[in-house]
Amino acid sequence: MDPMTVDLAATPVRDLNQALHAPEPEQRWRVRNPRGAHAIACGLTRPLSVEIDGHVGYYCAGMNQHAAVTVNGNAGVGVAENMMSGTVRIRGNTSQSAGATAHGGLLVIEGDAAARCGISMKGVDIVVGGDVGHMSAFMGQAGRLVVCGDAGDALGDSLYEARLYVKGAVKSLGADCVEKPMRDEHLTELAGLLKAAEFDEDPAAFRRYGSARRLYHFKIDNAY
Amino acid sequence: MNEGLRESATFDRATIHAIQRAAATGVYDIRGWGAKRRLPHFDDLLFLGASMSRYPLEGYRERCDTDVVLGTRHARHPLHLDIPVTIAGMSFGALSANAKEALGRGATAAGTSTTTGDGGMTPEERGQSRHLVYQYLPSRYGMNPDDLRKADAIEIVLGQGAKPGGGGMLLGQKVTDRVAGMRTLPVGVDQRSACRHPDWTGPDDLTIKIVELREITDWEKPIYVKVGATRTYYDVKLAVHAGADVVVVDGMQGGTAATQEVFIEHVGIPTLAALPQAVQALQELGVHRKVQLIVSGGIRTGADVAKAIALGADAVAIGTAALIALGDNHPRYDAEYRALGSAAGFFDDFQDGRDPAGITTQDDELADRLDPEEGGRRLANYLRVLTMEAQTIARACGKAHLHHLEPEDLVALTIESAAMARVPLAGTDWIPGRTR
Repeated sequence: MDPMTVDLAATPVRDLNQALHAPEPEQRWRVRNPRGAHAIACGLTRPLSVEIDGHVGYYCAGMNQHAAVTVNGNAGVGVAENMMSGTVRIRGNTSQSAGATAHGGLLVIEGDAAARCGISMKGVDIVVGGDVGHMSAFMGQAGRLVVCGDAGDALGDSLYEARLYVKGAVKSLGADCVEKPMRDEHLTELAGLLKAAEFDEDPAAFRRYGSARRLYHFKIDNAY
Repeated sequence: MNEGLRESATFDRATIHAIQRAAATGVYDIRGWGAKRRLPHFDDLLFLGASMSRYPLEGYRERCDTDVVLGTRHARHPLHLDIPVTIAGMSFGALSANAKEALGRGATAAGTSTTTGDGGMTPEERGQSRHLVYQYLPSRYGMNPDDLRKADAIEIVLGQGAKPGGGGMLLGQKVTDRVAGMRTLPVGVDQRSACRHPDWTGPDDLTIKIVELREITDWEKPIYVKVGATRTYYDVKLAVHAGADVVVVDGMQGGTAATQEVFIEHVGIPTLAALPQAVQALQELGVHRKVQLIVSGGIRTGADVAKAIALGADAVAIGTAALIALGDNHPRYDAEYRALGSAAGFFDDFQDGRDPAGITTQDDELADRLDPEEGGRRLANYLRVLTMEAQTIARACGKAHLHHLEPEDLVALTIESAAMARVPLAGTDWIPGRTR
């Protein structure tokens, strides 16, 4: 059966979202002409499939629960912010704060992600095919961030318990973020994440970073 | 003590003690409460009351309404409250679950709203609160779209009066299993919340963030924007441009569960200075009373409520006063306060989690001291007294609704308060900076 198609050149985003929030929505959706509109397909609560053909603006798939959202284009600020579950896949690049504060689910970015990718992440898994910008995983609390390319300045600044895997170069580590040994369980974990993201990368080529936990308690020498 | 001893005004005993404490520990002081220094405040204003040219209402019988509707600008379901006194955001974590439940019970009994805080929504609070405002904070601890949809309004917090520009703080002794679980943090960590939102910067982004929250909640919920009082005139204008239904301005007397003393006492401006700036901004945009204004920071009496409304607020919020109504700083705990190095009437170590009144703690034994039903009754009583006091003043000024109070009903006792409140110095027609 063909998906329900919505043309955002003719339909307001508000109408699309209300249709997606309906008690018994169609299961498969195709969105055309997003033209950088904001808040497309945010607040979904059901296991829908939504495919968007084109570039989206801020907060696409924000607070997603259970849905699978694919963007055949680039995404603006805060894609999949505070996602709880489900899958969001961006075929292109993303702007800053991708997956910010997300609690669960899987965010796949096939291109590059700008600054603050995974900021304050709280359990989400994020897999980036290219590079991530500065301050990525800032204050990351839980979840995994996988970067197949390079990472910018201050990776993992003020990190809590999020785990970071980077294949390429890390320009600099943020406060309290350190490199940690890759043990077998980490290789296994990383292999699972790469497989879920459908990326053909060798886990052995990655390095792991995490919190040194030196900022967990107030001390005078915490004053950077 | 020798009667001839003279205490320094510059180096008073508290200052000397603070220097000695800093020298001994090498760590700055962290405490709860709000600014304790003397500040220009509502006490510096007086109502004129009725006279030859004004007609009063009979004090006990004639109608003086107190209700307020919040969120009429865009929300499909605005909040209709019976009284214009709301309960400010205070987190589960900073407060015990019993305290949060008591706040919900008291607010509901009095017909008003209560507010979550950093760390998410608890079932106790939701269950006992008829009108619950869900805070959307920089940390996004416990931020859950299901809870967002359960809320009656959403408050985007940019800052609070006790620490504009600073994030939350919850020391390890209060980060118990339950608190840590709700916030996705390691148990016992000294938690420092983010001071800025992770996925937007500046007012243009805030506009888009507000649209996202409206889309997620199908445009049902009023959206508040809360700022700590600093550049209030500009902040309020920007909040309105960003699409806020309600603006909340929290002056520097507003409380906190834990912040550096130097931050509390030296950053931000008094509530009295901020309120007229906020009203001016709303009036210039033509949205005064259409985008509602809630003011907090040092509200204690019905007179404070009436003065805030007369200056242009639609409602006020209370935090510290609500905790006192629940039992905070009660003399019956004086011996225990003294054992902690404090005393009843002075206790502000909310960060330590050893509150004898069982309010600012996560210790089960201490928390059990606060019966949420009894606490709720006390808070409801207090809220009713605030309302009746405000009505008493309003009737004396001839007003059939609290919102009919206006700046013309007020004069100031000091030059500073006259300048800040923009009302005449008592006995004159002089408003410093505005009239000659």
